[in-house]
Amino acid sequence: MQSITRITSRTVVIPTSDIDTDQIIPARFLTTTTRDGLGQFLFNDLRRDSNGHERNDFVLNNVEAEGCRILVAGNNFGCGSSREHAPWALLDFGLQAVISTEIADIFRNNALKNGFIPVVVDNNTHDYLLANPGIEVRIDIEAQILTIGTDIEIGFPIDSFSRYCLLNGIDQLGYIRQQTAAIASLEENRPWKP
Amino acid sequence: MVNKIKTLFDKVWNEHVVVAETEDVPAILYVDLHIIHEVTTPQAFSLLREQGLPVRRPDLVLATMDHSTPTTPVSSFKDLEIVGEGAAMQVRQMERNCKEFGIELLGFDSVERGIVHVIGPELGATQPGKTIVCGDSHTSTHGAFGALAFGIGTTEVGHVLATQCLLQRKPKTLAINVEGSLGRGVGAKDLVLGIIGNIGVNGGTGYVIEYRGAAIEKLSMDSRMTVCNMSIEAGARAGMVAPDDICFEYLSNKPRAPKGLDWDVALERWRRLRTDDDAVFDKSVNISASNLKPMVTFGTHPGMVVGIDDPIPDNRSDASFRKALDYMQVEAGKPMSGNKVDVVFIGSCTNSRLSDLQEAADVMKGQRVADGVRMLVVPGSQQIKKDAEALGLHKVFVDSGAEWREAGCSMCIGMNGDTVGRGQLSVSTSNRNFEGRQGVGARTVLASPMTAAASAIRGVVADPRPFLRS
Repeated sequence: MQSITRITSRTVVIPTSDIDTDQIIPARFLTTTTRDGLGQFLFNDLRRDSNGHERNDFVLNNVEAEGCRILVAGNNFGCGSSREHAPWALLDFGLQAVISTEIADIFRNNALKNGFIPVVVDNNTHDYLLANPGIEVRIDIEAQILTIGTDIEIGFPIDSFSRYCLLNGIDQLGYIRQQTAAIASLEENRPWKP
Repeated sequence: MVNKIKTLFDKVWNEHVVVAETEDVPAILYVDLHIIHEVTTPQAFSLLREQGLPVRRPDLVLATMDHSTPTTPVSSFKDLEIVGEGAAMQVRQMERNCKEFGIELLGFDSVERGIVHVIGPELGATQPGKTIVCGDSHTSTHGAFGALAFGIGTTEVGHVLATQCLLQRKPKTLAINVEGSLGRGVGAKDLVLGIIGNIGVNGGTGYVIEYRGAAIEKLSMDSRMTVCNMSIEAGARAGMVAPDDICFEYLSNKPRAPKGLDWDVALERWRRLRTDDDAVFDKSVNISASNLKPMVTFGTHPGMVVGIDDPIPDNRSDASFRKALDYMQVEAGKPMSGNKVDVVFIGSCTNSRLSDLQEAADVMKGQRVADGVRMLVVPGSQQIKKDAEALGLHKVFVDSGAEWREAGCSMCIGMNGDTVGRGQLSVSTSNRNFEGRQGVGARTVLASPMTAAASAIRGVVADPRPFLRS
């Protein structure tokens, strides 16, 4: 994995609460055996009408959204299924981070393993971001500071191990494999075998 | 001082820690059972190939195919037509991956094939005290046996295949105490929908739930699985129930459960798993089962739920709430009962077990599916299909005008060609009423098998209680 230190971009805002992974990428697009090319299906059923035409009233279809790499979403983003296709689709589309008041567990885990950054903020900051679409935001993973516009700076939480892996481009599988002796020891010494 | 008083979760967690968690690193947790299916694994096998790694413990992997697979009735699976090129490719890839990496696959022809979360318990592979993972969020189902079971992403599927381990931060514990008992016509589905309505779709985020109390202790294993299955719909990592005699009785004759002396040893260990008296949970919620009605969802997530004849609440100030009601074409202040139904689906890892089919059949017996309603009954496994047919349940459904299918996820996720049409209203025993979950523009109402059956007969969302013989 490539190392990531900071992301700077204008924001694109989807204010809807509880955006689930079925909305991020509908299940019928999961019949794939690779992780590439899923960006075309991102938010498919919100982005396109029943004839497959792009809807003018969906923000990602607008000119202002071009080049935006940070998504500001309503409360509780990423609930529902465990599909890793959700962060794959977001990344393939060109987004690199999501900011919300709450991020669902499995989505957050999947996102961090792929270098898609979930950022949780308080309600006031969230309200400000929702009210100011297109504002320039900097997510500094190293300093754990979110800079909004020119004069708002706040800290944000990120799991220390995930942060370390992101900053150093570390593959987590490689890390677990370093513990092979400990794994073998548990298998050998446990009081019962599965 | 080390606290020796532990919850069920703590006991299972502690026994599986390979390397302890610190502030800097998550725990490395050992996995006892890894269940895999065709949709969330191809990219994980590709990773193994790229890195030249074998599967560490193929003997701890249970593989089947359920999501992309057709459920159309056939005399032989060889004739089966898989809907869509992508789905067909996934199925073929799954067969190839399992063969190459030495994993036993319960494939198309297997009599043991079925939905991942149905066959694990049915085969007795799901056992108390195990850690169980699967690239599927409804893995929480297996917690009904006192296992620690949760869904993982595809990268993590690769980690488990290669190392039999996962990196995990220890979650917090949430006790949901359910007192009282469920009334007539009110089942486990109504209970768990009531719980999600109470704590919200993010009420469990960061927690493992333990369902406790008199109402839970009385539930059958099928019902406990229904409750634990939907833990993820409250955002929880997992849901668990302490293993007891009901659980042990269920497992006693299952093919992959321990046998003979091994059974006695396992039983002694399993009996020690329950939460110690005076153990402390990070959070507790108390709920009474006695006041619950049949519950139905009215919106686009499982937390938007009401009693079947209660008015839909009004939350006009919330734009997301208004959007959900618009999508569902329902009105605040009016009940869900009476809304016209197009499709009824009985199935999914939430409600496709024998007792679910039995409950639906009890309501359907001697009745007809209303004109204009399509009803699909999809057993959770080929074994359940066989058992249901032995009891004549399939005849009840077919005689009433419903379709009786082969096992699979089917219309819960709509990946295999079983979908609900645009704008159609579906009363479904599945677990998610998200926009478009059952098909583009489909409107899903989550309900119990009894409510689904009653709604099929009436042609509108309907209370099952008038159909029940006392």
